Amino acid sequence: MAEGGLTTDLRSSPHLKQATTVEDIMRNVVYALLPVCAWAIYAFGLSVLLLLVTTTLVCIASEALFCRLANRPSTIGDWSIVITGLLLALTLPPGFPLWMAAVAAFVAVGLGKALFGGLGYNVMNPALVGRAFVQAAFPVAITTWTPPFLPGRFSELIPSTLTLPFTKPEPVVDWIEQNRIDAFTGATPLALQKFEQITTPVADLLTGTIAGSAGETSALIILLGGIYLAARKMLDWRIPVGVLLGAVLVSLPMWLLDAGRYPDPLFVLLSGGLMLGAVFMASDMVGSPVTPSGVWIYALFIGALTVIIRLFGGLTEGVMYAILLGNVISPLISRVTQPRIFGEEGKR
Amino acid sequence: MAELPNRQEQVSLDTFLRGLWQENPVFVMLLGMCPVLAVTNSAINALAMGLASTFVLVASNSLISLLRNFIPKQVRIATYIIIIATFVTMVDYAIQAISLELYNALGAFIQLIVVNCMILGRAEAYASKQRLWPTIINGLGIGAGFTFALLCLGVVREILGAGELFGFALFGDSFQPWVVMILPPGGFFVLGAWLLIFAWFRQRREQAQARVEEQQQETVYER
Repeated sequence: MAEGGLTTDLRSSPHLKQATTVEDIMRNVVYALLPVCAWAIYAFGLSVLLLLVTTTLVCIASEALFCRLANRPSTIGDWSIVITGLLLALTLPPGFPLWMAAVAAFVAVGLGKALFGGLGYNVMNPALVGRAFVQAAFPVAITTWTPPFLPGRFSELIPSTLTLPFTKPEPVVDWIEQNRIDAFTGATPLALQKFEQITTPVADLLTGTIAGSAGETSALIILLGGIYLAARKMLDWRIPVGVLLGAVLVSLPMWLLDAGRYPDPLFVLLSGGLMLGAVFMASDMVGSPVTPSGVWIYALFIGALTVIIRLFGGLTEGVMYAILLGNVISPLISRVTQPRIFGEEGKR
Repeated sequence: MAELPNRQEQVSLDTFLRGLWQENPVFVMLLGMCPVLAVTNSAINALAMGLASTFVLVASNSLISLLRNFIPKQVRIATYIIIIATFVTMVDYAIQAISLELYNALGAFIQLIVVNCMILGRAEAYASKQRLWPTIINGLGIGAGFTFALLCLGVVREILGAGELFGFALFGDSFQPWVVMILPPGGFFVLGAWLLIFAWFRQRREQAQARVEEQQQETVYER
């Protein structure tokens, strides 16, 4: 601390210091995400690998660009931008055109993060901002699903992946039929349940032998990543638990009322992006409230809203908008749930 | 606004040009944002809205300028609104007669020119103090600035959102439209981007000016 001589280090509390830094936490989140990425590549093939590489590289390049434009030291080294890139790719359909993914990544960093002042100041989860943008901009491409475990997935790309920039992606239906023996409707379990009342078996949902966004299909692997992070205290366990609880609290009464029309709570938990959102996105430290009671309100709100959008909205999946709305109201929740200071007089 | 002209302004080229750049109603004064965001989803809508607003602005401000010594201070806002509403009604019927399609596309925003702060602001800040001739020239300048700004947004949004310009397809069938750009959020994105560009230009110009002044100061000191 000083140059020679005896010095006393005088500091105010807290005196117990942890060696955990932003970089440590972010790096561990990346470790937890790697199995999810690996499974996504295994299930959907080379296209997902390219998707992951594209979004991550574009995110890093955009972060470097915006740091330079703002005359700030570069923040690439803190790994948070890698998480944004990986998460963004995991929420996109496997055959999503790469140029659209690059647009999403640029918007995620620019609009979701840099505009608010970088890491720690972003109101909403950057990856979801990027996804929300492409959802609104390219509604067809983002709902074009391909089935997992196609025989040719490691030797050839999904034809829509390498679409030229600014052009429409090719339809993938023909390509799927060539590759697969039985007919595939191109629907995710959520769409099947919502429009045709076909419930996908729970075992398929757990292992991920279903169509869907690249990283959301295997609930089991996502849960393992979450447990790793929670055990290392790098994730507030209240958030995933609260989100899932919120989803159950809304879907259970609906299911009991009309089991033919509404899905059972277990299906709600395991299908779609709820697990990925609950474990890796809602738990983003920047976008969630700081008080323990606030965290519960925030998490239950997201879970409940997700199910409400799914059951009563026009969209099949509501996790993205639920988390973005939760992020937006979380400063308000933090403010309302401030604990009382000892010795404070009267009612607040 | 840079400065309010309190004395009678002599008509010069600057009377007109100020509205285009220095006092641009959209990019500098941020007035009349409602039509700017709402009707700029295509270039033709933007142009129609800009021209309609320009007509109302010039006509109403001329009348206000002529009547400026007769309007009692206490009821001036109400008087301005009545005068503006008169011209808006004219424009409303005119557009309805010329092109019903355009009229339906612009919706309620033609009638809402009545409460456009840009027009009311010019009436209060300029027309009520100036003679007829400068008012007309200044109104034309501000109107041209408003139309220019609307076109800036409309062109970008139509090209990205539909692959067209003034209704003509630019890129052929394989172009992938960015649907979000012709939806309301696109208006905010494009407006924000233009504001960023114009603010950047202004900042650079101010910095260059400051540097010139600094150099002049230094030469004075050296003497």
